[in-house]
Amino acid sequence: MAVTTLTIDEVDVAVEAGSTILQASQEAEIRIPVLCHLEGVSDVGACRLCLVEVEGINKLLPACVTEVSEEMKVHTNTPRLQEYRKMIVEMLFAEGNHVCAICVANENCELQDLAVEVGMDHTRFSYRFPTDRDVDVSHERFGIDRNRCVLCTRCVRVCDEIEGAHVWDVAERGEVCKVVTGLNQPWGEVDACTACGKCVDACPTGAIFRKGVTVAEMERDRAKLEFLVTAREKKEWTR
Amino acid sequence: MDKIKFATIWLAGCSGCHMSFLDLDEWLIELAQHVDVVYSPVGSDYKDYPDGVDVCLVEGAVANEDNLELIREVRDKTKLLVSFGDCAVTANVPAMRNLQGKTDDTLQRCYLELGDDSRQLPHAPGIVPELLDRVRPVHEVVSVDLFLPGCPPSAERIQNAIAPLLEAKNPDMTGREMLKFG
Ligand code: SF4
Ligand code: SF4
Ligand code: SF4
Ligand code: FES
Repeated sequence: MAVTTLTIDEVDVAVEAGSTILQASQEAEIRIPVLCHLEGVSDVGACRLCLVEVEGINKLLPACVTEVSEEMKVHTNTPRLQEYRKMIVEMLFAEGNHVCAICVANENCELQDLAVEVGMDHTRFSYRFPTDRDVDVSHERFGIDRNRCVLCTRCVRVCDEIEGAHVWDVAERGEVCKVVTGLNQPWGEVDACTACGKCVDACPTGAIFRKGVTVAEMERDRAKLEFLVTAREKKEWTR
Repeated sequence: MDKIKFATIWLAGCSGCHMSFLDLDEWLIELAQHVDVVYSPVGSDYKDYPDGVDVCLVEGAVANEDNLELIREVRDKTKLLVSFGDCAVTANVPAMRNLQGKTDDTLQRCYLELGDDSRQLPHAPGIVPELLDRVRPVHEVVSVDLFLPGCPPSAERIQNAIAPLLEAKNPDMTGREMLKFG
């Protein structure tokens, strides 16, 4: 196994060549906040919360899709990064319609956790209050409220790469960009959906939810997804 | 030490934040040793907002012309303005009418489409305040000095935020205990 050595926040780290900065930092137990990254599925670098500074490179780089290189010097928690992360979270709140008080994911939401982590007490951006974000409850068991979607595409990837059904996709672009089911059909009419619920477990916010579940009952079983991936790769089928 | 001039106001909110404030129970007695309540819908009967207020908690979003007028006056006359609860900080539930579109669409929906036998749009200038085009959080309208999110913030969180202010110190607004929305 070829090994790459680098430093992350002044700590010496040795990892398998080809690892990402995020994997290397996990190995070194240095926490980098993430939102679109989900263990077990491919990375797309969509949310930019994992941005880090690399000495000698002017741009900020997303840790989840940047490979380590020999002698690389990474900084994960500079004041500049802290400020940008806070701004990203503020923008996510200002962009959609996040009314936590009436959200099924309240207290079980990765976006909310991130807001606490970056120390957001309000957003400095004007709320957009988009009026065109719809709610689809045509599926027998699940629903999607696009007001709370942060376009992380975790649902898209989990359905495609783990379940193999590829029900979800991203449609349109810019401010009207949204995740769709099937060929932009009501979710309930998409035959490919096996109703496995993996997208529900993958969604970091209250966007995809189980019908009839109250706030108090809402919980996500991310471990189930990781279990499925390990099971597939290593043929270990017990948990 | 002189008593602090303390006020609370109630804009577009459900009064839940004020109820949570009253949940401070016996600490209210402690608080009363340090403050003069100079204006508050739950703590005094004064009709006019006085000059030279030290601390004011603002519950609710800015949704109509009365809210706008009051918050501007309050800002002018207050040293430390606290956005009190999610409605003040994010516009929260009252702002869900923004998703309906413009004010006219909202009124149309509520009073005509969903109305009973006596369908009519409310219109009484000088008595019923006109709605603003958009419900907005307080800091989009005037400057805010401290944000206390939560729907409502728990009594404990309220105490942790205002107790330091009484000694002219800033509260430590970090971590889930102090910051969480919803
Ligand atoms: S999804 Fe999360 S951030 Fe959005 S409203 Fe729900 S709890 Fe709040
Ligand atoms: S629905 Fe959920 S998982 Fe899918 S993109 Fe939106 S926030 Fe991400
Ligand atoms: S934040 Fe919640 S409790 Fe406070 S006024 Fe608004 S809706 Fe009511
Ligand atoms: S976690 Fe890396 S860009 Fe989203």
